[in-house]
Amino acid sequence: MSKRIEVNDLNVYYSKFLAVEDVTLTIEPRTVTAFIGPSGCGKSTFLRTLNRMHEVIPGARVEGEVLIDGNNLYGPGVDPVLVRRQVGMVFQRPNPFPTMSIGDNVLAGVKLNNTRMSKSDSDDLIERSLRGANLWNEVKDRLNQPGSGLSGGQQQRLCIARAIAVQPDVLLMDEPCSALDPISTLAIEDLIEELKNEYTIVIVTHNMQQASRVSDRTAFFNIAGTGKPGKLIEYNDTTTIFSNPSVQATEDYVSGRFG
Amino acid sequence: MSTTLTAAPITNSLTAGMLPRRASLWLLLTSFAVTGAFFGVLFAAGITNDFNIVGTVFFGVLLFCLLIWSVSRAVEGSRKAKDRLVTALVALAFTIALLPLISVTFTTIVNGLPRFDMEFFTHSMRNVVGPGGGALHAITGTLLITGAAALISVPIGLLTAIYLVEYGRGSLARGITFFVDVMTGIPSIVAGLFAFALFALITNDPGIRFGIGGAVALSVLMIPVVVRSSEEMLKLVPNELREAAFALGVPKWLTVLKVVLPTSIAGIITGIMLSIARVIGETAPLLIIAGFTSSMNYDLFSERMMTLPVFVYTQYMNQGSDMQAYIDRAWAGALTLILIVALLNIIARLIAKFFTPKIAR
Amino acid sequence: MTTAVAPPIKAKQRPGDRIFSTATVVAGSLILVVLAAVAIFLVAQSLPAFTADESAFKGGITNFWDYVWPLAFGTVWAAALALLMAVPVAIGIALFISHYAPRKLAQSLGYVVDLLAAVPSVVFGLWGITVLAPALQPLYSQLVEWFGWFPLFAGPVSGTGRTILTVAVVLAVMILPIMTALCREVFLQTPRLHEEAALALGATRWEMITMAVLPFGRPGIISAAMLGLGRALGETMAVAMVLSPASVISFALLQSQNPSTIAANIALNFPEAHGVGVNVLIATGLILFLITLAVNMVARFVINRRKAFSGAN
Repeated sequence: MSKRIEVNDLNVYYSKFLAVEDVTLTIEPRTVTAFIGPSGCGKSTFLRTLNRMHEVIPGARVEGEVLIDGNNLYGPGVDPVLVRRQVGMVFQRPNPFPTMSIGDNVLAGVKLNNTRMSKSDSDDLIERSLRGANLWNEVKDRLNQPGSGLSGGQQQRLCIARAIAVQPDVLLMDEPCSALDPISTLAIEDLIEELKNEYTIVIVTHNMQQASRVSDRTAFFNIAGTGKPGKLIEYNDTTTIFSNPSVQATEDYVSGRFG
Repeated sequence: MSTTLTAAPITNSLTAGMLPRRASLWLLLTSFAVTGAFFGVLFAAGITNDFNIVGTVFFGVLLFCLLIWSVSRAVEGSRKAKDRLVTALVALAFTIALLPLISVTFTTIVNGLPRFDMEFFTHSMRNVVGPGGGALHAITGTLLITGAAALISVPIGLLTAIYLVEYGRGSLARGITFFVDVMTGIPSIVAGLFAFALFALITNDPGIRFGIGGAVALSVLMIPVVVRSSEEMLKLVPNELREAAFALGVPKWLTVLKVVLPTSIAGIITGIMLSIARVIGETAPLLIIAGFTSSMNYDLFSERMMTLPVFVYTQYMNQGSDMQAYIDRAWAGALTLILIVALLNIIARLIAKFFTPKIAR
Repeated sequence: MTTAVAPPIKAKQRPGDRIFSTATVVAGSLILVVLAAVAIFLVAQSLPAFTADESAFKGGITNFWDYVWPLAFGTVWAAALALLMAVPVAIGIALFISHYAPRKLAQSLGYVVDLLAAVPSVVFGLWGITVLAPALQPLYSQLVEWFGWFPLFAGPVSGTGRTILTVAVVLAVMILPIMTALCREVFLQTPRLHEEAALALGATRWEMITMAVLPFGRPGIISAAMLGLGRALGETMAVAMVLSPASVISFALLQSQNPSTIAANIALNFPEAHGVGVNVLIATGLILFLITLAVNMVARFVINRRKAFSGAN
């Protein structure tokens, strides 16, 4: 279920503007990788290239290759829709579909693709996904109520349940806790710890404590100035990045001297 | 000799030279009392036939403007006086807008009720020359033609709005946006002439009159309204929902159909209802291309078809020997029309109110 | 480092995606086609009118331009009068709703004004002829009696009140809602900082409005007026029902001889027209289309040069 991601010489553009330059890194299966760096350094942009969400923005394009278990996402004839079924994503702000119930939200990825499912199968899938997201006990009695009635943290876990219901290999998380209170954040972090056993997880975060708590490997991105492209500065084990970084800029950032 | 200690009245220097709080209200009531008394005397003396409410309100407000300006000028100075005067004028503008609204509603109800009966809704005007008869043929025609117009405009308008919001980039989208704006300005009678010119050339019949032509003319008027309102509603759907669906591996067209549209559908339906309410009262284009008749006609594709607005118009303009019967029918038709429009408006607002999903903000 | 330019990424097309996006493009393009068709068919059906000879016209008119000129004049004159009355009132109502009425009431007051837009034009026509015209007639008599020396109010006064001034009043009422809605929208967009800056200088509310709101809203007011003018130019039924038309060019407001408008003339004569007469009427419609098009284009241009806000509804 879990796959290795290899990125080679990736350049990411918004029309003519080069947003992220020349990234090469490898993400191992069943690990949590954190992307850290100051605002605007291109971590989220880079994350979105890993499931081809980047090109949803008009004018956005990518050069280079992203291999998932050896298959290039940007090879000719690759269907971005199929890529996104294998690489799920959780967004900064919880975004359950407002017209659907909690149960339908979990099934959204399956149902929206016009797949028919028997009642027992779909009930199974709902329970499995919600249990996977540590939400089952809180919502099992109100699966038919709208998802917007949940708290922010619950909504975000609902979004995670929705993402894992399509059984992806990789889970991308774009600052999943930035809109949540500390207790909800803790719940999500615990969840990430559990999900690691099954999925390759990549998380973008502004919170360095969070990166050090949940991740195995950490990538530090930085920009030289506004208008300049973001670059991957250093990529190593999380403990190394936070205790003994090899680049001065990384040390300055993790020790709080800037950013 | 004893000094009596009197508590000095507490004065606030900031309130110096201000009119008391209720002053303007009292002045307004005084003005109404004066003008009311004036028109009351006129009525009592038999100079006017009934008590002139419109005159009382209108001249009352006018008198109030004058009073508040002079009083405020004397007490508060010219700057404040000007401010008070403008406040009164602005309120007057609003009253002016209310007068025709109230007057139209009132006269339509009063004049429409005498013939607002069963016969009106169950009979056509076939073989009716004097009293009696009804507008069944016109109501049927209006429903058929407006329904057909909606069938034409809603798919085109909605798809165009989807194109503009979800797909449109570059010059085609800009061009469509511009020409939709131009289309909103087409006079209704020109739309009627267009439908006539079109079908007269196609069918080679220089006197062509039929229902579907009316529907086409109304569509020309309706499409831009549908596009505009649907566009606004689609733009309100947060991008996050689209991205959420994309990230689940849902193709774009299914995302639009199953996520974007359901989220905005209440607003879109409201917009469509309002656009129907708008064209259902159109007279001029239907007069030209659908024509008028006194008989039932269920076939959109042949023969003249009566519609409610045209019914009102022809009843009033072509009065027969028994004038009152025609005038009564015209007003009853007008009342029916206003009720239909009001009903559509109310339903539209209710849909908007109760079915709009709560988008977390 | 060599920058190998990667070929642009092409998303694989699914049939559903292709069908759906094509459908939306077709629908959008259809609008352009319809508008072009309106222009083409009107022109095609108008051509015979431009070369029509005397037999096509009544009353000693020899060519199309002599026929259309009084109508075009009447159209513009009636619409201009309506605009003259509607603009101050619309600005007043918009200010009342945006800056004077209590916040809680403002929205429902706006809705009340919108109700005016819901009344069909034929009902306004009925109202104009049965209520407004008789109500205004005594006033007209007085005006002619007192101010008859003034060309606009020259006698003899119409005995029915069905004059171009009455028409203009009805038109003004009919264009009030759209103008009010637009003005209200721009007034509400006035930057709060400007308003607060003016108030902090000790300005009264009216001074604040003249300092901050009106200068900011001027382009909006202009475009609202132009859109209202466009509506008034094309309005048919109210004019056709209220006015007793004649083929004259006259500025007098209160006489029974009034210039008709293009739209009303078409509505009154189309049902009985035949042969080249139909073409003549369509040609006048084309002229009307061009006039309104020009007015609307100017309005849109003014709006778009400022910020984008929707003018429909």
